[in-house]
Amino acid sequence: MIVLIFAAVLYVIAAAMIAMAARRDRALVGEGLRDAWGQLVIIMPALTVGILGAGFVAALLPPELAETYLGEGAGVSGYAIAYVIGVLTPGGPVVGFALGAAAIKAGASVPIVVVYVTAWALVNLNRVLIWERVTLPRKVMIERLIVSAPVPVLVGLFAWTVMELLSWW
Amino acid sequence: MAGPTRTPFYKDVGFLFIFVLSVGSAATIYARDGAARFLEILRDDAVLWLTVLPKVAAGVMVAAFLRILLPKEVVARWIGERSGLKGLFVATLAGALIPGGPMTIFPIATSLYLSGADRGSTVAFITGWLTLGINRAVVWELSFFEPEFVVLRTLVSLPVPILCGIAARMLPGRTEEQRAADKTKPRPEVRE
Repeated sequence: MIVLIFAAVLYVIAAAMIAMAARRDRALVGEGLRDAWGQLVIIMPALTVGILGAGFVAALLPPELAETYLGEGAGVSGYAIAYVIGVLTPGGPVVGFALGAAAIKAGASVPIVVVYVTAWALVNLNRVLIWERVTLPRKVMIERLIVSAPVPVLVGLFAWTVMELLSWW
Repeated sequence: MAGPTRTPFYKDVGFLFIFVLSVGSAATIYARDGAARFLEILRDDAVLWLTVLPKVAAGVMVAAFLRILLPKEVVARWIGERSGLKGLFVATLAGALIPGGPMTIFPIATSLYLSGADRGSTVAFITGWLTLGINRAVVWELSFFEPEFVVLRTLVSLPVPILCGIAARMLPGRTEEQRAADKTKPRPEVRE
């Protein structure tokens, strides 16, 4: 349902923008639509293979992988494991949150799950390969990955510090 | 919109890698779990593809018209190379507020970049969406985690997009002229 509303909102925004372009100059509408179509033609082959493939790749990974390893990890190795699993977690807006929440229930510490969720958000291989690679200029993608690489660990340490301070207080 | 893959997909090494990985995984599933499981996954993937397609179509339209409607001077002034910290804040806020999945955010980021946003702002925009996206936090994260976790994670992530933007600006590389040259590269062919 939410997904449908979201798609509808996107089309309303697109329609409003097309109307604004038409008011400025009718020719702009054709230009915009041709530009959009050109993009779609470039994006779709890679996206199609990526989406079809992602389901099979995900099915090959053992489902309890994240839960088990995140739950057992601690200290430096815990951070490293959380990072790597965050990078490798396959597809969807939900998977990272679902696995992270399951890991907390399985006994994982909060900072380690913060590392995992942040790595999944920032440097997830699936998102980079399927989406960023096709839709972003290569330079921007690489620069973003370089500056994001240390972030999950730093954010995890920050979360740990905040929790320690709160527990003293 | 230039930038995204300009080489034909069958000559693209990254694409070939994904293709081989996908076919290999599919074949492994077929051999290991049988045809029924194979078809089940294929059906789920096909449904996902069908739900994503209209959103991708909307995403590229929004991105294309954004580029047409937003004057370059405005983009450059707000989030361009000389926009300083203010530009990074604006970009982060925009990324956090704009609802959307990867199918809209990345094309919009590309549009902004090509309209005069600098790499710092572009990185801050994407990172703002990835780490602080309101839509994602409210719709998805809160339905899985306790509110305390979401608050803590958001709190410690607050400085992240700005810091990433600053770091991106400090990366070695292009001068302004080189960047201008990037932008005048030919656009991908528009096929009718």
